[in-house]
Amino acid sequence: MKEWINRSVWAHAQSLAKKEYSAVELTQAYLDVINQREQDIHAYISTNAEYALELAQAADGRIAAGAGSALTGIPAGIKDNMCTKGIATTCASKMLADYVPPYDAHVIQQLQDAGYVLLGKLNMDEFAMGSTTENSAMGITRNPCDTSRVPGGSSGGSAAAVAAGEAAYTLGSDTGGSIRQPAAFCGVVGMKPTYGRVSRYGLVAFASSLDQIGPLTRDVRDNALVLTAIAGHDKRDATSADRGVEDYLAGIQGGVSGMRIGLPEEFFGNGISADVKEAVLAAADTLEGMGAALVQVKMPSLDHALSAYYVISSAEASSNLARFDGVRYGYRAAEFSDMDSLYQNSRSEGFGAEVKRRIMLGTFALSSGYYDAYYKKALQVRSLVRADFDTAFEKCDCILSPVAPTVAYKIGEKTSDPLEMYLGDAYSVPVNIAGLPALSMPCGTGEGGMPVGMQLIGPAFSEAMLYRVGYAFENGKGGK
Amino acid sequence: MQMIKDYEMVIGLEVHVELKTKTKIFCSCPTTFGAAPNTQTCPVCLGLPGTLPVLNGQVVNYAVKAGLATNCTIARFSKQDRKNYFYPDLPKAYQISQYDLPLCEHGWLDIETGNGTKRIGITRIHIEEDAGKLMHDDDRGTMIDCNRCGVPLIEIVSEPDIRSAEEAKAYLQKLRAIILYTGVSDCKMNEGSLRCDVNLSVRKKGTEAFGTRTEMKNLNSFQFIGKAIEYEYRRQVEAIEAGEKIVQETRRFDASTGKTYSMRTKENANDYRYFPDPDLPPIRLTDEKIAQLQAQIPRLPDQRKKEYMEKYGLSAYDGEVLTTDMAMADYFEKAAEETRYPKLVANMLLSEVMRLADGEDDVCKIHPQRMAALATLSGEGVINSATVKKLIKELWETDFDVAEKVEREGLAQVNDEAIILKWVQEAIQQNPKSVADYQKGKKAAAKAIVGKVMAASGGRANPTVVDRLVEAQLNG
Repeated sequence: MKEWINRSVWAHAQSLAKKEYSAVELTQAYLDVINQREQDIHAYISTNAEYALELAQAADGRIAAGAGSALTGIPAGIKDNMCTKGIATTCASKMLADYVPPYDAHVIQQLQDAGYVLLGKLNMDEFAMGSTTENSAMGITRNPCDTSRVPGGSSGGSAAAVAAGEAAYTLGSDTGGSIRQPAAFCGVVGMKPTYGRVSRYGLVAFASSLDQIGPLTRDVRDNALVLTAIAGHDKRDATSADRGVEDYLAGIQGGVSGMRIGLPEEFFGNGISADVKEAVLAAADTLEGMGAALVQVKMPSLDHALSAYYVISSAEASSNLARFDGVRYGYRAAEFSDMDSLYQNSRSEGFGAEVKRRIMLGTFALSSGYYDAYYKKALQVRSLVRADFDTAFEKCDCILSPVAPTVAYKIGEKTSDPLEMYLGDAYSVPVNIAGLPALSMPCGTGEGGMPVGMQLIGPAFSEAMLYRVGYAFENGKGGK
Repeated sequence: MQMIKDYEMVIGLEVHVELKTKTKIFCSCPTTFGAAPNTQTCPVCLGLPGTLPVLNGQVVNYAVKAGLATNCTIARFSKQDRKNYFYPDLPKAYQISQYDLPLCEHGWLDIETGNGTKRIGITRIHIEEDAGKLMHDDDRGTMIDCNRCGVPLIEIVSEPDIRSAEEAKAYLQKLRAIILYTGVSDCKMNEGSLRCDVNLSVRKKGTEAFGTRTEMKNLNSFQFIGKAIEYEYRRQVEAIEAGEKIVQETRRFDASTGKTYSMRTKENANDYRYFPDPDLPPIRLTDEKIAQLQAQIPRLPDQRKKEYMEKYGLSAYDGEVLTTDMAMADYFEKAAEETRYPKLVANMLLSEVMRLADGEDDVCKIHPQRMAALATLSGEGVINSATVKKLIKELWETDFDVAEKVEREGLAQVNDEAIILKWVQEAIQQNPKSVADYQKGKKAAAKAIVGKVMAASGGRANPTVVDRLVEAQLNG
């Protein structure tokens, strides 16, 4: 059984259409894997077999009626910060442990329209703040490639579920690398789309100007398939781009011949480990061998991007998370004597340490007298980062870089030093700051046989091109 | 208290006006007043996790209209900001407002004062969302009604140009009139769709520097505003004279005691940590759009007042009163068009009609043509003022052709001196006491005789002639 389930969404869709197996059988197979592997991996916060099978049955009906689409009947997992009507959406926080949204996120509606099967809600760092999924109030997730290691984060459950065969695909969210870094750590493909490409309606906000939902999949083509289903304009999100969605599959086999691929030297400098550097540079050589031209580009603002990211994201988070006050829903402290102590106790007890750290950081950055020095300056850095990318894209079609400076590290290894943990985001955050799309995909192995991820960054709304490059690399490297 | 005369008050007003949009500012919930608690809510205005605001374009249109009508400069680029603070009536724990780039700035309006026309500056007008309402119940504790969450407001901030309670009231009345003309709000103080905060400080007359100000929140009637200002002015002057320092603070006006009480001082004030709302793109307005909105604004009170003064010879005061309410002004214009005596129309509206309307919404139930006919008959001396009054009362109840009724019922004024003289002589004969009083020097006794004559004539006698003849007969 395990063999036929370890296939791509694309392959499942073909088989379902040909009635080689039913959506119910496929769903049951995934539920079986979940049963077998969850005690080691813990990718899910909640699963609902009954509901999954119900959806699978409906999907089988659609397929039989000839009304299926590429995702009809394919079992998926959703990061637990996307609202699902009637199904708990916890953000891996004690604060929302019992919170059941009364509405579906836009992406959930899109997937429902496509006839998806929801297996369950995936683990994450609390409110998406973290890089290891160790900040979850619902327990840690382990990396399926080596269960002594972290799966990355914050979408650690989303990456681990795909890597462990516990879902055919998953959705994650990426504020500073939260899709790409766990994808790299677990050896799967993850896309952070252009800001505004996928509606944020129903995504519990961490940092509104940076958050973006994207797919995590086994391969590049699957990723393009899923993004096609969830992308598009949504009038309920004022930051959603009012432009049509390209056919991401149409040109995916176009190859890289004649393309210029930029290598920013700053991404290969201090702090990168040798194995990662070697694997990514080898990938560059592979692409060159396939007909692409490699060009050197510069990203001088890279050093400041990380600081700017932590100021902007924390500032927005401090405001976005203020609504969790224990008044109308969510965690409320048992003990309080007045309004202020209701707020203080509920928030002190309901939030974990990392979330509180960021709320305090953000509150400070926005405080009267400090705004100009921190928030305003961070916005200026943001302009610089955008300008750097604009300049780079005059010289190249897309940029190739590592996703993270190292491969997945051991559980507990970096929990004591938040700053060191933050440094791991240096290569991923500039993409969010500039609102660009970036594809994270495996490009080799490093220390301990762990996967190394590379990142392809393109100009806004160049997802189709990134998939083309990724697809070429994925399918071309085997031939070499 | 002589010393109070040495001080002047310096007042700036912050007025919140609820816009008359059908739906809320960031979601499609209705804004109807008075619905059962929490029946006009949705995940967006409840601020549930994951929801996002989408700006209602009508809010911008309305705010721009208010800005244009008060001579503001309209920003081609403005943005919305989050004002962060915790309070149970604020579900997101931030209010979406505008901080450093409001939609409208640098406006003004003119008010009538005892010393003529005075210009009051308007610093800015910005858009924001309203908060919910807390209801305290002895048994059940505090409850939250979120119906008002997300109802669109504009905040209109004046310059500190106001120097008395009368000026404050005149400013509010003018502002209310202008907003009503633009149709962007119904400005009902009793429903909270117009609320006023007063910033007040005092300083020695002749000095330039501002004193420390206090803010009085949510005053919801013109009467309260006047009382609160007078009380607070006196309180500050007395404090300064007693050697105390005025503390910058928010104060609450208690209508039952007529006093203001400290709510919170600036040291305890919130740091609102304003920052641009990342969920909302900036608001961009083109010249074309602004011109289009400008074209939708009707002729405003001051323009009409000026026209009435020039064209019909109305006084500034009458012009001001007639133009306070657009329906009244429209009515006046309609009636005035149809008679050569528009000033008489104004007089009738400002006296009899206002008395009958008694603050009701209907300005005048009488068809403007009838009012014009009354003015014409009155102006030409066909009917006297008593008959005018009587006919207005009757027209208020049922419609009829005025001239026809005057003809049919013989209501025309009696100008024939022979007939009037007969009535006068009869009255004098029948009221010897009044005559005796008059002859003893009580000149007012003549009025009683006049009254009898008017009664005898069925109210139709020309009062000027009656006066003259009574006088002549009594002295003759």
